[in-house]
Amino acid sequence: MTTQTTQTTQTTHKVTLTINGQPYTAEVEPRLLLVHFIREVAGLTGTHIGCDTTSCGACTVLVNGVPAKSCTLLAVQVDGAEIRTVEGLEQDGKLHPVQDGFVQEHGLQCGFCTPGMMLTAVALLERNPQPTEDEIRRAISGNLCRCTGYVNIVKSIQYAAKQMREAQATPAPAPVGAEV
Amino acid sequence: MIPDRFEYYAPTTLAEAINLLQQHPDETKVMAGGQSLIPLMKFRLATPGYVVDLRNVPHLDVLQERDGSLIIGAMVREARLESSALIRQRYPALLDTSSVVADPIVRNFATVGGNLAHADPANDHPAMMVALRATLLAQGADGQRTIPIDDFLVDTLETSLKPDEVLVEIRVPQPAPRSGAAYCKLERKVGDYAIAAVAASVTLDENGACTQAGLALTNVGPKAIRASAAESFLTGKPLNDETIREAAKLAAEAAEPGSDLRGPADYKRAMVRTLAARALRRAAQRATGSIAHNGNIGGGVA
Ligand SMILES: Cc1cc2nc3c(=O)[nH]c(=O)nc-3n(C[C@H](O)[C@H](O)[C@H](O)COP(=O)(O)OP(=O)(O)OC[C@H]3O[C@@H](n4cnc5c(N)ncnc54)[C@H](O)[C@@H]3O)c2cc1C
Ligand code: FES
Ligand code: FES
Repeated sequence: MTTQTTQTTQTTHKVTLTINGQPYTAEVEPRLLLVHFIREVAGLTGTHIGCDTTSCGACTVLVNGVPAKSCTLLAVQVDGAEIRTVEGLEQDGKLHPVQDGFVQEHGLQCGFCTPGMMLTAVALLERNPQPTEDEIRRAISGNLCRCTGYVNIVKSIQYAAKQMREAQATPAPAPVGAEV
Repeated sequence: MIPDRFEYYAPTTLAEAINLLQQHPDETKVMAGGQSLIPLMKFRLATPGYVVDLRNVPHLDVLQERDGSLIIGAMVREARLESSALIRQRYPALLDTSSVVADPIVRNFATVGGNLAHADPANDHPAMMVALRATLLAQGADGQRTIPIDDFLVDTLETSLKPDEVLVEIRVPQPAPRSGAAYCKLERKVGDYAIAAVAASVTLDENGACTQAGLALTNVGPKAIRASAAESFLTGKPLNDETIREAAKLAAEAAEPGSDLRGPADYKRAMVRTLAARALRRAAQRATGSIAHNGNIGGGVA
């Protein structure tokens, strides 16, 4: 893992992350933040940088299924992890129910908070398929939105929850969200 | 914002971690969840030359009762406490505390050990651990030692850990019969540090008299403050409106708040008084079983 150390050269580390099912390996400085690995090494710019100070949640991705502020993790710190970003939500040309919910219920205006907001929602619904409004509001309390006032975001997540439950309930082993 | 350059290690044993700390004790930082350390490094308020990440060190994630104590491994994350049935049923005050640290996303990585070792007076666990009279287990090159929480917390961002010591676990005494504890925090919004917060812990005898009281304050002084006068006042007395009112007044007198963006000093002192009364009432209710352990009597958590 470690290549070399001298006084003048920074030791680099080989880091492999599986992002949306695809492995990415790079030799990186320890100070490279996860969000920069995702945006610059993997070229996936759907993950946004808002505050850069651990406050807004625009940079939220899933690390081994758990929401994380990617501006506040080092890439080396999550070496070997499975990462999900907004680019991984759509499957076979079909929007994820959470994405569909944000479209149907107008869950965004400028869209800057949306990728992080949706990933938090995906993790919530995977853990708790039938959240109450209070549980939704608590779950998204680390993701700030300056536009919507949150009402439509809550509705979008409720819409997605319903879609996902209905898809689950259908007897055929259809992929999640296959029922229109 | 990008941290300054540093060397990164992720040792796989505690001995290796301690060995690394000894190489450059004054230039090395231990990293747990990184949720305080990485922001500090991004602002370059911290510029360690070496970072020793504990993520691969085994056994630091224990969460169980053993030998009369709840053992919380230093790397146990806040989210784990929040979802633990043991914590919900037996240590609801720790659930009160974990669930108001930062926001749910930060809590997926932030650890209890990091919250204590960081020793920011605004951190929420230190006061709770003071009220619960926790002890901490540290390990260094010379072996292990246990440190009472009052000796661990020295000053703002300063603990009695030596530069080559690692905090290994936190030991919270198992609650005696008729014990209850609670944490009440006033915050401006989710993810903000406390304007003020109060941790309370009480044990009652069969007649309802208080045999032991713990009361401690968050973010109204250079470190978590033990409200000793309030504790001694309560000892031997029944917990009722009158004694709680007096103890809350003594707790407010123990606060040393400054004025800042979160409010003027006298407002914070007044809030300590209110929060102390609420925390004591909730602790007493839990001690007598008059609310479900995870019950919410309202108004405690802003
Ligand atoms: C937006 C935001 C809001 C926050 N709000 C709150 C809040 O309301 N209340 C609150 O209490 N906290 C709050 N925090 C702080 C957060 O909870 C911290 O991340 C946490 O308290 C520290 O835990 P960590 O595991 O991330 O530690 P790290 O950031 O990894 O470490 C913190 C410090 O502790 C030392 N350390 C960590 N573990 C050990 C160990 N085992 N042995 C020796 N030294 C160790 C490190 O060297 C470092 O100095 C907030 C943080 C953010 C980013
Ligand atoms: S950019 Fe990471 S929390 Fe705002
Ligand atoms: S839609 Fe603009 S910040 Fe949320």
